[in-house]
Amino acid sequence: MIDYIIRRLLYALPLLLGINLLAFVLFFVVNTPEDMARMHLGQKHVTSEAIEKWKHERGYDQPLFWNGQAEGAGRATQTIFYQKSLGLFLFRFGRSDGGRDIGADIGQRMWPSLAIAIPSLIVGLAVHIGFALLLVFFRLTYLEFWGVALCVALMSVSTLFYIIGGQFLVGKLLQLTPISGYDGGWNAVRFIILPVVIGTMAGLGSGVRWYRTLFLEEAEKDYVRTARAKGLSEARVLFFHVLKNAMIPILTGVVVVLPLLFTGSLITESFFAIPGLGSYTIDAINQQDFAIVRSMVFLGSVLYIIGLLLTDISYTLVDPRVKLS
Amino acid sequence: MPVLLPTDILFLLMLLGLAALVAYTLRQEHLRRPWRSVIRSRSAMISLVILLVYLLIALLDSIRIPVSSNAHVNSTSAPIGEPVTLLDFGLGRIRDAQEKTYSAPLAVVAHAREMIRQADGREAWTYPRLQFGGRHLANPEQEHASDLIRRIALGLGAGIAGWALLTGFLALVLTRRRSDPMDFLRSAWRGETDLPWRAVLLALLLISLLAGVLVALCQAYHVFGTGKVGEDVLYQSLKSIRTGVLIGTLTTVATLPLALVLGILAGYYRGWVDDVIQYLYTTLNSVPGVLLIAAAMLVMQSYMARHEAEFASLATRADFRLLALCLILGMTSWTGLCRLLRAETLKLRELEYVQAARVLGVSQGMILFRHILPNLFHLVLISVALDFSSLVLAEAVLSYVNIGVDPTTESWGNMINGARLEMAREPVVWWSLASAFIFMFALVLPANLFADAVRDAFDPRRAE
Repeated sequence: MIDYIIRRLLYALPLLLGINLLAFVLFFVVNTPEDMARMHLGQKHVTSEAIEKWKHERGYDQPLFWNGQAEGAGRATQTIFYQKSLGLFLFRFGRSDGGRDIGADIGQRMWPSLAIAIPSLIVGLAVHIGFALLLVFFRLTYLEFWGVALCVALMSVSTLFYIIGGQFLVGKLLQLTPISGYDGGWNAVRFIILPVVIGTMAGLGSGVRWYRTLFLEEAEKDYVRTARAKGLSEARVLFFHVLKNAMIPILTGVVVVLPLLFTGSLITESFFAIPGLGSYTIDAINQQDFAIVRSMVFLGSVLYIIGLLLTDISYTLVDPRVKLS
Repeated sequence: MPVLLPTDILFLLMLLGLAALVAYTLRQEHLRRPWRSVIRSRSAMISLVILLVYLLIALLDSIRIPVSSNAHVNSTSAPIGEPVTLLDFGLGRIRDAQEKTYSAPLAVVAHAREMIRQADGREAWTYPRLQFGGRHLANPEQEHASDLIRRIALGLGAGIAGWALLTGFLALVLTRRRSDPMDFLRSAWRGETDLPWRAVLLALLLISLLAGVLVALCQAYHVFGTGKVGEDVLYQSLKSIRTGVLIGTLTTVATLPLALVLGILAGYYRGWVDDVIQYLYTTLNSVPGVLLIAAAMLVMQSYMARHEAEFASLATRADFRLLALCLILGMTSWTGLCRLLRAETLKLRELEYVQAARVLGVSQGMILFRHILPNLFHLVLISVALDFSSLVLAEAVLSYVNIGVDPTTESWGNMINGARLEMAREPVVWWSLASAFIFMFALVLPANLFADAVRDAFDPRRAE
């Protein structure tokens, strides 16, 4: 088992290096620090001294890969690649273009993101699986037909409408919860309810449809027929036999997104004014803060790769048939 | 001479390719079989009719003609000399109908009160009349309702007439003098035809009725009201169709060659080629999609800032950004298809007929092109169909985050983005959102239904 994990970790290394290079090429080669400086300082009426000063303050005034003017090891270390990109491997994010410490910002902002993302995941999972089981329970009836049709219709509505509509209905007309905002401690619960409900609603169509196909696939297998033949009630077959066996694909779907919960949802956080990592990223995009976007790209990729790793491990834990090789 | 922007050219080329594909499919029995099960499904056929209407509008909006100075279109929204599309010509009236600010759907007065100097010299705090909406009414309080009813009735009548013409034409074309068109219509009405013609004709009837009413009303009113700076919301929604359809189609089509070539190479040659290609798409896949798109769009923006001279006019800027968005979206979404194609090629290369071709000395290029490629077709088709609706929805979200299409491009995302604060106004300004919702929903729902039908018909695991 340890062997397997180590091997998987080693396999992740070239991937991380590739992502690091990709981010580096996107942000420093395709788009030179000079362009960044111009975007921040304005396109016209900007002196080359001002650009040099901007680059120097942020450490962008070094060569990309190889510093011919430096001595010894400095030739490789006094470069943008070494200082800005390799540091990401050690989660040294450095400073944003606005001068803030990105690492500290991330450490602080991931908590509100988690506060929204974890309840959303749990509630969403429970509701989607519940409805999907109901649809499978009533299969080959009109209820199932119209349920599936409703799912397709729900899928066809943009997330933005769910959020705007939900905020309007629950927050403004019914005034059950605040429309947006966030607060520390237990007060946060008031602000979390609406995003969680809306997030669950927005994913209802595709979620229910997805789990329904999973359950239907299971429900056609031999052990289910055996269970029915034994005289077990349909409900018992569904909730004990089918659900248990369908847990494996469900689990893989969930485990892979677990690490990404840290980075939060861009849209939800921005609509509900939650000071998490999602809104952090959006703000960075809007302010064209390349340092933050680069850090978030790398962080997101690392978390995704961790998710894949966790998925593989969890597979071996829940399904004894899966062999490590 | 029509003026073509890069996206127009690509879109027209894509439509030509689609037409060629349809013509080719019609002559191949083995390709026709799965399609037959698609077009026998009622929901798929209705969806197809609606999708074709959207495609037609997008097509009309992709053919630009330069306006000469003496043309009757003197618009305020586009500078003189900028080419306008055929759709703009058709909508000339509502395109030029500008108000000062918000007005409700079909209203004759503005949404907010103003101080107005009346004829007798006194100032009054009241709702001002609109410049376009209901301008012809001398006495709006009494005439408004009856005028609306008259126009709706007129529109319904025109819709029915148009539908009858269309149905007659269809019946004539379909029977091609082999049988009596009336017989065909009668059996269609009874639902006895092989294809669900009754459903298609009813869908067409509904569409022509809607179109008739819209046309009749938009001659004198803002059917969906006006937005913040007084622009007609119906016009905006109609113009957004091109953006949505383009993003939904061009994105997958533009990156299809990449996914095809890499997927086939990886699956067929295996070994280090496979390793490199797998590494490539796993790396790209690891970066969360939105972030990769955001990063690429930021880079693209700074590229445009550097080459300002090449993007002199507003239209070329917006068009370049739309194209870039399609390519960037495609870059993040080709990996899934590539993986599927690789797996399928791995399977195909071991099949007897490929082995036989290899033994017989068929060249590798020929094997890939004639024996592998055609058998991957169903995967490509399913993927294109399934991606379409999610791409249309993604456009709205990306535009909201400001990494979507250019803010000057009409798109549903931009409409929602501009309107999201309007729900907080008192009284609520709901019509921009409602219009974007209706137009988007009416595109994405049929797209989803059609994609489902295509998948059911082409996926060998689902076919019975």
